[in-house]
Amino acid sequence: MAARTRNAPVLSAGKYLAVAFYVAFALFPLYWLLKIALTPERLIYSDGTALWPSTVTLDNFRTVIFASDFLGYFGNSVIVSLTTAAATSMIAAAAGYAFSRFAFRGKRWVVVLMLLTQMFPLLMIIAPIYKIVASLGMLNSLTSLIVVYTAFNIPFATFLMQSFFDGIPKDLEEAAMIDGCTRFQALRKVILPLTLPGLAATLGFVFTAAWSELLFALMLINSNDAMTFPVGLLTFVSKFSVDWGQMMAAGVLALIPSCLFFLFIQRYLVQGLTSGAVKG
Amino acid sequence: MAEMELKSVRKAYGRVEVLRDIDLTIGDGEFVVLVGPSGCGKSTLLRMIAGLEPITGGEFSIGGRCMNDVAPRDRDIAMVFQSYALYPHMSVERNMGFSMEIRREPTARRKGPVAEAAKTLGLDRLLDRFPKALSGGQRQRVAMGRAIVRDPKAFLFDEPLSNLDAALRVEMRLEIARLHQRLGSTMVYVTHDQVEAMTLADRIVVLNAGDIQQVGTPLDLYERPENLFVAQFIGSPNMNVMDAAPGQGGLILGSGAVLAGPEDARHVGIRPEHIEIVEGGGDVTAEAQVVERLGSDTNIYTEVKDIGPLLVRVSGNIALSPGDKVHLRFPPGKVHFFDAGGRAIRAARDKVQ
Repeated sequence: MAARTRNAPVLSAGKYLAVAFYVAFALFPLYWLLKIALTPERLIYSDGTALWPSTVTLDNFRTVIFASDFLGYFGNSVIVSLTTAAATSMIAAAAGYAFSRFAFRGKRWVVVLMLLTQMFPLLMIIAPIYKIVASLGMLNSLTSLIVVYTAFNIPFATFLMQSFFDGIPKDLEEAAMIDGCTRFQALRKVILPLTLPGLAATLGFVFTAAWSELLFALMLINSNDAMTFPVGLLTFVSKFSVDWGQMMAAGVLALIPSCLFFLFIQRYLVQGLTSGAVKG
Repeated sequence: MAEMELKSVRKAYGRVEVLRDIDLTIGDGEFVVLVGPSGCGKSTLLRMIAGLEPITGGEFSIGGRCMNDVAPRDRDIAMVFQSYALYPHMSVERNMGFSMEIRREPTARRKGPVAEAAKTLGLDRLLDRFPKALSGGQRQRVAMGRAIVRDPKAFLFDEPLSNLDAALRVEMRLEIARLHQRLGSTMVYVTHDQVEAMTLADRIVVLNAGDIQQVGTPLDLYERPENLFVAQFIGSPNMNVMDAAPGQGGLILGSGAVLAGPEDARHVGIRPEHIEIVEGGGDVTAEAQVVERLGSDTNIYTEVKDIGPLLVRVSGNIALSPGDKVHLRFPPGKVHFFDAGGRAIRAARDKVQ
């Protein structure tokens, strides 16, 4: 007993050290991003791997915001990501509810087909997708990206939503229906408020996926007006040089919407909302 | 009027028949308990009455109106679930008044009935709490309160007490009995606990493997079980059943003992509390193996040679220890006879007449 009490501080210090090490490891690339973004152009190579910039400047940010098309890319990305997240989550919620609550003919086949779509490497289907989008005359449009992203995210988002619906006892809906609700009312008044954490998680997942997608955006978008931010980042790479400072500044700016988005949904991500519904 | 009528109601999932030809009339204001072992179809039957489970065949009506295709919300019933099924994101008050909220009653009008129900159930101080901050018994009360506020024609209970501890179960059982006396509404109650069934019911419906075994008042089932299943299911401890064969002078038990009885009887049943311990003679001689002293009663687990175990229950305390030999008498009026198919023989004679 005595030995344990003596060991306890050492043990917990060790635990904190391990966590601190992990956090440092995970956040270091982000720090490096910020550091280079703040380093003046001429010092990037001379500073090299020094952990701290010798001079700090906001020039890179100024250039990116005022002297490049970055804000345009940014706007495009916001439109594409938000619309994709909203559309995917809505469809996935409806599909997930159906999978969770109803038995219907062909359910297994639909599930198998949806899983199948997740098995192909994107590279394999990018050419056919290009062909389809081209013949629809939708190249260089944000709509094409939204449609493609939504289609590719629906299966996973559906399974995600289904598992959240599965976690809500069926009794609750039945109680609501006996209390006088139609199935839709029960869904809206009882089930939906309880699925908010799941919905938030799905929205966040799809938003980030769409926000950072490069492959399709690169293939389907050529014109500067419709470029999303990941494609836009590549414009900092020119034939003879790479504008590291500006590229990193753009990267830092691109983190902001993601952070804001998660800040907004994080209160719905709190677990345990359904506790107390039924005997646990 | 809330008379419920089931006419050859069936339920099947694909080819699996869960309930067969259920015929049952539940009178207005009657308290009917559906009882049976797990998997007998009693919960399914209740869910069909509630409208949560479609009816495969037959007809179900409430107050003379066919309900087969009527949605649960239009059946004017309330149900208390085994899991309580409280809405976790709503306060106790909103949980209880939810049916009125759905009917678009103004908030002011909802207060009255909710407060009244809360008062009778002792929940008046908990109205602002959320379900997760309540104990099991309190949640159970909220679930009942919600049903009361719904003000339905009939109440349905699906094993409402099975998640509570023993003391609370007795208390809530009393609460439900009071509720029925006060409201006089039709109530259908599902349980696998035969004590709950015996204490609460006006009439008990015993189900087994999708068939109704017997319908009757608690004492009917206790005194005149129609078959072996009911005989062994109702009553606690269970009825003793012994094999018998016809022979000289009546029925011969395994031990050679002779009992007077109908010659087509193949099984003889006697309840533990009806067996008498006598000084000498008696029908069989048994050896006491385990003696349980409950204070009010004593359970004696005995073994009779060539018959098997026999449980005897005597009122009060008796001086007896394991290993003692006892003489047991089966009073003639208390013995039940069953034929080879397990049907009570008296019942068979009644049918002939």
